[in-house]
Amino acid sequence: MTAFLAVLGRELQLAARHPADTLAAVLFFVIVCALFPFGIGPAPETLARIAPGAMLAAALLAALLPLDRLFGAEAEDGSLDQLLLSGLPPMALAAAKALGHWLTTGLPLLVATPMAAAMLNLPIEAWGAAVLALALATAVLSLFGTAGAALTLGARRGGVLLPLLVLPLAIPAVIFGAAGIEAAAAGLEPRPYLLLLGALLAVALPLAPLAAGAALRGE
Amino acid sequence: MLEGRDLACWRGERAVFAGLSFTLAPGGALLLVGPNGAGKSSLLRLLAGLIPAAEGQLLWDGQDALADRVAHASRLRYLGHGDALKPALTAAENLGFYARLWGGDVAPALAALGLAELADLPARVLSSGQKRRLALARLALAPAPIWLLDEPTVGLDAASVARLGLLLAAHRAAGGAVLAATHLPLPLPDAGELRL
Repeated sequence: MTAFLAVLGRELQLAARHPADTLAAVLFFVIVCALFPFGIGPAPETLARIAPGAMLAAALLAALLPLDRLFGAEAEDGSLDQLLLSGLPPMALAAAKALGHWLTTGLPLLVATPMAAAMLNLPIEAWGAAVLALALATAVLSLFGTAGAALTLGARRGGVLLPLLVLPLAIPAVIFGAAGIEAAAAGLEPRPYLLLLGALLAVALPLAPLAAGAALRGE
Repeated sequence: MLEGRDLACWRGERAVFAGLSFTLAPGGALLLVGPNGAGKSSLLRLLAGLIPAAEGQLLWDGQDALADRVAHASRLRYLGHGDALKPALTAAENLGFYARLWGGDVAPALAALGLAELADLPARVLSSGQKRRLALARLALAPAPIWLLDEPTVGLDAASVARLGLLLAAHRAAGGAVLAATHLPLPLPDAGELRL
């Protein structure tokens, strides 16, 4: 546990020293959301109709940005060897990395959610559901993304391979997340969709670190 | 305590080394010598459990050392080619992470390598020799029975090599063993030689 907290603490410390990385992901999310009104036209009903899916897609793409450096930077300077020898099982190391990624990328995206929601004319009643859906969906992406980052580590063009590997796995998160926000916008109960999203997270929580740990060990 | 039996390592289709056996007693030291590409670094990574052995066995007190790799990791300190430093963190913070993992105090470990004055400088402004010393300072944090050192003295000045010599002597006096790959003379008196 001490080692898990030490690795997590180091992730947060490094993110605090490189605030530009977090800021870049947040701005990417906001800018992608801002592109939709330009492309689709400013008609409020149309925008509100596409808002849930657009926000989910933009958030997942933004959360992908720092993933290819998640293990790549550690492998380059030799830190990965030290982390693997830190006394932490590779699975726990991957879990700490995934949690660190969510805290430094997923969580800041939630802060920017109201801005994106306003630009896409999402009804204000649905904002709460949007924050919840994005929180769960980005957590799922952090987990699958960590597994993808561990698998593509050392591969040439790993940065291109990673989204191809991870985004298909994130499709269920987009479906349930967007359905939840849409339900809330229509005045319905978003709970069932969010619970399904939670179930997805519960599946990813043990499986993704397991896969990532196995990939790191085989490196 | 550490014994290798008929170890072999393959890289792709090619055998890097094969049929390698050695024993390392408490307080012992073994120098890995051989030309570039002979597999010195691969052997150290194999002994650390970072890469699997294609053949042979690694024993710790007569038991398979790599059966429990987490336990094996806790027995050793590995110093690779990379210094494993984060440029944005200060010297003390870089070392502090390992102090949280293994125990030990940062200040005396920095002082042991003559880095006390550089504690608050970010690692990115350190020279390559100073970075190497900061990587070596990890060894001074908390005791571990085996040190695996890959070219520990690259870029070090004479004074730093002498400081490393003190660390190595103290480690061996306390019953620790050292395996070092090197092309440069190391301050390791009565070290055995393992030619690859």
